[in-house]
Amino acid sequence: MQFLSYLARGISLGSVYALIALGYTMVYGIAKMLNFAHGDVIMVGGYVVFFTFCKGGIHPVLAIIIAMGACTLLGITIERVAYRPLRGASSLSVLITAIGVSYFLQNGAMLLWKSDPKSFTSVVKLKPLVLFGGQLQISAESIVTILVSVVIMIVLIWFVQYTKPGHAMQAVSEDRGAAQLMGINVNGIISMTFAIGSALAAVAGALLLSSYPTLIPTTGAMPGIKAFVAAVFGGIGSIPGAFLGGILLGIIENLSKAYISTQLSDAVVFLVLIVVLLVKPTGLLGRKTTVKV
Amino acid sequence: MAGRKKMKKSTRSNLMTFGFVIAFWALIEIVRMTGHMTAKIGGLLIPVCAYVVMAISLNLVVGFLGELSLGHAAFMSAGAFAGIYFYTTAGAALPQWLAVLIAFLIGGAAAGIFGVLVGIPVLRLSGDYLAIVTLASGEILKNVLGAMYIGSDSRGLHFSLKDQFSLGMEPDGKMLLKGAMGIMGIKKFSVFTVGIVLILITLIFVTNLMNSRAGRAITAIRDDEIAARATGINLTKYKLMAFVSAAVFAGFAGVLYALNYSSLVADKFDYNLSINVLVMVVLGGMGNVLGGIIAAIILTVLPEMLRGFSQYRMFIYSIVLIVMMLFNQAPAFVSWRKRFMMRFRKKAPVSGKEGI
Repeated sequence: MQFLSYLARGISLGSVYALIALGYTMVYGIAKMLNFAHGDVIMVGGYVVFFTFCKGGIHPVLAIIIAMGACTLLGITIERVAYRPLRGASSLSVLITAIGVSYFLQNGAMLLWKSDPKSFTSVVKLKPLVLFGGQLQISAESIVTILVSVVIMIVLIWFVQYTKPGHAMQAVSEDRGAAQLMGINVNGIISMTFAIGSALAAVAGALLLSSYPTLIPTTGAMPGIKAFVAAVFGGIGSIPGAFLGGILLGIIENLSKAYISTQLSDAVVFLVLIVVLLVKPTGLLGRKTTVKV
Repeated sequence: MAGRKKMKKSTRSNLMTFGFVIAFWALIEIVRMTGHMTAKIGGLLIPVCAYVVMAISLNLVVGFLGELSLGHAAFMSAGAFAGIYFYTTAGAALPQWLAVLIAFLIGGAAAGIFGVLVGIPVLRLSGDYLAIVTLASGEILKNVLGAMYIGSDSRGLHFSLKDQFSLGMEPDGKMLLKGAMGIMGIKKFSVFTVGIVLILITLIFVTNLMNSRAGRAITAIRDDEIAARATGINLTKYKLMAFVSAAVFAGFAGVLYALNYSSLVADKFDYNLSINVLVMVVLGGMGNVLGGIIAAIILTVLPEMLRGFSQYRMFIYSIVLIVMMLFNQAPAFVSWRKRFMMRFRKKAPVSGKEGI
C-alpha cells in the first residue's frame, strides 16, 4: 500500500515534469534550441496565479487562464526580443542568451516580488481519493495533475497531427528552409510554439505549486532542469517521449526518495538517465538519425 | 627590421595572451605595493585566477573540440575535494608549500580520473545528449559528495552515505567530511602569484597542445567529424584527450579555489557554476583563449563591482549578458558592425566568416 501511495505521488510529480517537458521538447523540435528560461516561465505563471487566486480570491480556473495569457505574452516577447535576432547564429550563443533570459526572469521576480517565500494555496479544492478502506490515500491534487496532463498531451498530439498549423509545425521541424519555400510563415510558427509552451508552463506552475506550495523566484529552476532531463530521457523533439520521460522521472525520483535516500534521489535520477542514454543514445522514443556524407 | 621574418599569426596571439596575463599580474602587484589594494579586490584575486583556469580549460572542450559541456564544475569539485582532503589530513604534517603542491597534483589526478570515468561513456554521445550527460554527472557528484560522511579515529577511516552517527565512531574521532557541511577548518593558502603561475602553466599546455598534431586532430573533429574519421583520426582518443586534459586543469582550479577559503562544500560547485564558466567561454569567443581570460576576469569582478546596486546587481548582470550576446552574435548586428568598421579601415578584410 505504501508503495502504491509513493507511486501515485511519483506519477503526479511526473505529470508536472511532463507538462514542462512538453514545452521544452516542442521548442526544441521547432526552433532547435534549448530554452533554458522555460523553467522560469513556470515561476512567473506561479506568481500570477498566486496574486490572482491566492491573494485576489478569483476562481482558480480563471486565475490559471489569466496566468496562461500572461505567460503566453511573456514567451512570445522573450522569443521576439532575445531569440529571434540570433536566428542563424551558433546554437551555443542562443543557449547562453537563454541562460541570460533565465537570470533576467529570476532576478526580475526577486525585485518585483521579493525573495521571501510565498505559501501557495492549492488550486484544487476536492477531497482526496480514499481506496482500500483508508489504506491508500491519493490527494486530489495528484489526480487532477495527472488527468490535466494526459488531456493536454492528447490535445497536443491531435493538434500536431491533424490541424493545419500542426502540419506547418511538423514541416518547420523537418526542414525550415523547405517549409519557408512552401509558404509557411516560419517566424509565426516559432512564435506559436513558444506561446503554446509558455501557456503549458503556466498550467504546470499552478499544479506544481498546489502540491509543493513554496513559491520563491527560483522555484522554476530545478523543475526546469528536471523537465529538460525528462525531455532528453524520452527523446527530445518527441511529444509522447516527453510525456513518458516526465512520468518515469517523477516515479524514479519519488521511489528513490522513499526507498534509497532523500539526499541521493537526484543522483539516482541522473544515473538512470545516463544508463538509458548509453543504451539508447537518442532517448526512449527519439528518432534515430543517420548521417549521410 | 626589414629582413626579419614575420611572426606566425598564432605565435603572435599566444604571445599577446601570455603578455596579458603577466601584465595583469604586474598591475596587481604594483597596486598592492603602492598600498591601493582594497580587501574586496584582494579577496577576488584567487577566485579570478581559478575562473580563468576554468575558462581556459573549458575552452578546450567547447571551443576546440566543439562539444557542449554543462558539468565542468564537477571536475573542479572532484579536484577540490581530493586535494583538500589530502591537504587537511596527511598534508597537515608536511611543510605547507609541499602539502599545497601535492594537493594540486592529487586534485588534478582525481579530476582526471573522474574525467575518464565520465568521458568514456559521454563521448559516445553527441550534441545535446552529451550536454545533458555532463550536466547529470555533475549533479550526481554534487549529491554524492553532499551526502558523504568520512571520519577517522584510532580504528581507521569510517565512511557513510547516511549521517554522522551511522559512522560508529569513537567519541574522540575526528570528522573529515561532514556531508552537506563539507570539509571545515582548512588552513587557508591564498597566494596570488601561485594563481598566476597556474594560469601560465595552463596556457603553456593549451597553446602547445593546440599547435601540435593532437591539437590539429581535435580541431579537425570539431570542424567535421566524418571527414576527420575518414582521414584516419582516432575520434575517441582525441576527444578523450581534450576532455580529460580539461578535467585535470579544472581540478587544479578547484584546489586553488578551495585553498582560498576555510571551508569547502559540495553545493558550491553546482550547475550554475558550470553555466557561469560556459558564459565566460562563449562571451570571450569560443576557441579564443585571450577572450575567455578577459571574459572570466570581467564576469567575476563585475557582479562584485555592482554590489553598490545591491539588489539590482544580478538583474543588471543578466541584461548586460543578453545585450552582449545580441551585440556580439546576432547576424544583423554583426553585419552592421562590419559595415561600421569598414568606414575606418581602408583595406577592410570583408571576406571570411566571423569567428563564432
